[in-house]
Amino acid sequence: MAANKTPRTKMPEQDPLKRTSNFLEVALGYAVEDAKKEAIRCIDCKNPRCVQACPVSVKIPEFIKQIMNDDMDGAFDTIYEDNILPSICGRVCPQESQCEGACVLGIKGEPVSIGALERFVGDYGMEKNLADTSVDEEKPQKVAVVGSGPAGLANAASLRRRGYQVTVFEALHEYGGVLTYGIPEFRLPKEIVNKEIDNLKEMGVTFVKNAIIGKSITIEQLKEDGFEAIFVGSGAGLPSSLGIPGENYNGVYFANEFLTRVNLMRSNTFPSHATPIKVGGTVAVVGGGNVAMDAARTAKRIGAKDVMIIYRRDKDSLPARLEEIHHAEEEGIEMNLLYNPVEIYGADYEVKAVRCERMKLGEKDASGRRRPLPTGEYKTFDIDSIIIAIGQKPNPIIKQNTMGLDTHEWGGIITDEKHMTSLDGVFAGGDAVTGAATVILAMGTGKDAAGSMDEYLRNKA
Amino acid sequence: MYKIVDKKVLNDDIDFMRIEAPLVARNAKPGHFIILRVDDEGERIPLTIADNDEKHVDIIYQKMGYSTKMLGEKQIGDHVADFVGPLGKAAHIRDKQHVVGVAGGVGAAPLLPQLKAYKKAGSKVTLILGARNKDFLILRDEYEQFVDEVIYTTDDGSFGEKGLVTDPLERKLKDDETIDHVIAIGPVIMMKFCTQTAVKHGRSIDVSLNPIMIDGTGMCGNCRVNIAGKTFFACIDGPDFEGHEVDFDGLMKRQSYYKDEEHQCYIRLKDGR
Ligand SMILES: Cc1cc2nc3c(=O)[nH]c(=O)nc-3n(C[C@H](O)[C@H](O)[C@H](O)COP(=O)(O)OP(=O)(O)OC[C@H]3O[C@@H](n4cnc5c(N)ncnc54)[C@H](O)[C@@H]3O)c2cc1C
Ligand SMILES: Cc1cc2nc3c(=O)[nH]c(=O)nc-3n(C[C@H](O)[C@H](O)[C@H](O)COP(=O)(O)OP(=O)(O)OC[C@H]3O[C@@H](n4cnc5c(N)ncnc54)[C@H](O)[C@@H]3O)c2cc1C
Ligand code: FES
Repeated sequence: MAANKTPRTKMPEQDPLKRTSNFLEVALGYAVEDAKKEAIRCIDCKNPRCVQACPVSVKIPEFIKQIMNDDMDGAFDTIYEDNILPSICGRVCPQESQCEGACVLGIKGEPVSIGALERFVGDYGMEKNLADTSVDEEKPQKVAVVGSGPAGLANAASLRRRGYQVTVFEALHEYGGVLTYGIPEFRLPKEIVNKEIDNLKEMGVTFVKNAIIGKSITIEQLKEDGFEAIFVGSGAGLPSSLGIPGENYNGVYFANEFLTRVNLMRSNTFPSHATPIKVGGTVAVVGGGNVAMDAARTAKRIGAKDVMIIYRRDKDSLPARLEEIHHAEEEGIEMNLLYNPVEIYGADYEVKAVRCERMKLGEKDASGRRRPLPTGEYKTFDIDSIIIAIGQKPNPIIKQNTMGLDTHEWGGIITDEKHMTSLDGVFAGGDAVTGAATVILAMGTGKDAAGSMDEYLRNKA
Repeated sequence: MYKIVDKKVLNDDIDFMRIEAPLVARNAKPGHFIILRVDDEGERIPLTIADNDEKHVDIIYQKMGYSTKMLGEKQIGDHVADFVGPLGKAAHIRDKQHVVGVAGGVGAAPLLPQLKAYKKAGSKVTLILGARNKDFLILRDEYEQFVDEVIYTTDDGSFGEKGLVTDPLERKLKDDETIDHVIAIGPVIMMKFCTQTAVKHGRSIDVSLNPIMIDGTGMCGNCRVNIAGKTFFACIDGPDFEGHEVDFDGLMKRQSYYKDEEHQCYIRLKDGR
C-alpha cells in the first residue's frame, strides 16, 4: 500500500536555540492540513493493534477516519468517550510504547502519529468547548476524591457525570497534581490543565485546595462528614534518594523540589514571584526518565550553561519518552551514559563535584533490561548543582494517618480488583497504588474505580 | 482566602495574628505548624500553630525578611491567599517529672503550647526565656499564668539576667536533680548550645527544627535534616527531634543557601516592590 511509504507529517517545533531561553511550548501542534495529511496514512486495520495497546482503548482508527472526513467534532466525541484529557495525553503519553508502538506501519516504516493527532483533536475540542459537561440525574450521595492529579480528576468526572455530589480535596494551593507541579510549561502549558479543571467545575465538581487528607481531615472524618465513598488518588510524590555521601549539601536538589520551585512557585520569574532558585553554570541530573529530562531542560532554561544527564544504563534503556530524549539532545543536554554516582563532593557545604563509577551492561534483570554492573573505574565531574531524578514512592501521609489501610512495604496502597482498599468504601488508584507510572494509567484507574464506586453506592442505597 | 480576624503588634519585630481556618483548626495539636502564602505570588512559609480554637488558628511571627514583612503589612479584615495544615508530627509529650522549656526570641511562640501540654500532663515546668532586650521578651503573661518557675535573660541586661539562656540552663541542670527533660526552641545556634548543655548534664532534650520548606507534605525534600547520620524530612518526620542526634551545623548551612536571593527580595520590598 502506498500509504506505508509516505513519511510522517512533522509537527512544527520551536527552534532549539531559541527555546532554551523561554518556557513556551516546544512542539507547536498540527494545523488542520497537517492533521488530515497524517490521518490519510492510517490503513484502518481490521483488528487495530493500536486500540489494544492503549491503556484506555481509545477508538483510534475511528477518530482518525473522522479527521480524514473533516468531522472534527465527531473525532473529539469519539476520543472523549474513553479519554477525558486528550489535549494532555496527546502531549505526554509514551506513545512509542503504546498505540504507536503497536501500529503495523511501524514494522516497515514509521507508525501513524497518533499522539499528534490526539493532541490536535483535543485542542480543537478545547477551543470549541466541545467537552460534554452534562450530568445524569442528580443523586444525593456525597463522594470525596483525594488529590487532583489525573487519577483524581478522571474519577471525579466519571462520578459527577453519574450524578453524584463530588468534592475534590487537594493538599497544594493549585490543582492538577504532577501535571501542575511536575511537568514543565514548555511540555504541557498550565493553561490546558486549568481548562480541564474548569470543565469539571462547570460540571458541578467542588474543589477544595489546601486540604490535606489525613491531616486537615482524616479519612474517618470524611466518613463522619457524610462522604459515602472515597477515592484516594494521592500520587507518588515521595522522592527516592541515591543514598550516597554528600546528598544533603546545598545545591543538591531532588527533582521534585527543583521542578516545584519552577512550575508551582514560578521561581523562573524571581523576584517578581518570591521563591528563589539557583543552579549555577554546570548542572548534573541523575536519572533517565521523563522527570530527569524535564529537570535537565528546565535547568537549561533558567540559565545553566552546561547540563548533563548521568544515567547508569545505555541509551536504549532510557525510560523517558523518545520525543523528550530527542528534544533534550537538540537542546544541548549532554548524555553521560553508563555512569553511576557514588559520592557528591562539596566545600563549605556546597556541591563541587560528583564522582561516578563507570558501568557496563550484564545479563537481563527482572525488568527485562540489561543490568548495569560496576567496572571499578571512576570519573569525577565538576558541577555547581545536581538534581536527583531516580524515582518517587507513594506519598506517606494518608498511610501514616489512616488506621487499617493496608499498604505494600514500599508504600503502595493495596486494592482489590474493584479498586477498593482494605477499608470499606475507600477506593484508590493512580500512582498511589502502582508507584510512579503514567498519566494515562492513572486516569484509567480513576475512571475504572468510578464504575466500582457507582456499583458500591447503588448496592448501599 | 483566609481572613485575618485579629492582629496585635507584640514588639517592633513580632506580630500575633488570628486567622480563620477551620480546616487547619479541626485537628491541630501542640507542635503542629502551618504553611501560608501571603498572596498569589508569595512563597510558602512555615509557622508554628501558637494556639487554636475550633475555627481559628493563632500564629506569632518575626518579621525576618520579605515574606514575613509582607504578612506584617496585612491588617485585621484582610486575607492571606493560602493557609494549610496542620503539618508535621504533633509534639511527643513524654512522661516527665520536671521539664525545662528554653526559648529564644520568637521561639517563645512554638514553645508555649508544648509547655502547656506538659503542665496539663502533670509535669512541673520551668521556663527560661531569652531575648535581645526587654521589649523582645514576648508572651510573658501567657507563660506566667501556668509555669512553676520562670527565668528571663536579655543580651543587654534590661530585664532579668544579663546573658544567654544557656547560663541559667547550665545552673538549673546542675542544681536541680528533679529536672529530667529539656525542650529548646529558638535560633539553631541556641538549640545547638542548649543540646550541648543538656548532654553534658545527662538530660534528654527535644528541639524543633526549622529548615527551608516548600510543600510541607514530604514531596519536595527541601526540608531534609541529618538525624543520627540518617536523612529525615522535617515536615513529616518532625519538626521536633531529639537534640543529641541533630546535625545543627548542616542545618545552619542549608538555611542560609538562599541568603543572597532573600536579600534581593528584601531590597525590593524596601524600594516599594
Ligand atoms: C516531572 C514528571 C514528568 C512526568 N512526565 C510524564 C509524561 O511525560 N508522561 C506520562 O504519562 N507520565 C509522566 N509522569 C508521570 C505522571 O505525571 C504520573 O504518573 C501521574 O501524574 C500520576 O497521577 P496521579 O493522579 O496518580 O497522581 P499525581 O499526579 O501525583 O497527583 C496526586 C495529587 O494528590 C495530592 N495529594 C497527595 N496527598 C494528598 C493528601 N493527603 N490530601 C490531599 N491531596 C493529596 C498531591 O498534591 C497531588 O496533587 C511524569 C511525572 C513527573 C514527576
Ligand atoms: C516548622 C517551622 C516552624 C516555624 N515557626 C515559626 C514561628 O512560629 N514564628 C516565626 O517567626 N518563624 C517560624 N519559622 C521560621 C519562618 O518560617 C521563617 O522565618 C520565614 O520563612 C522567613 O521568611 P522571610 O521571607 O520573611 O525571610 P527571608 O529573608 O526569606 O529568610 C530568613 C531566613 O528564614 C529562613 N526561610 C526562608 N524561607 C523559608 C521557607 N520557605 N521555609 C522555612 N524557612 C525559610 C531561611 O533560613 C532564611 O535565612 C518556622 C519555620 C519552620 C520550618
Ligand atoms: S517541605 Fe517539602 S518535603 Fe518537607
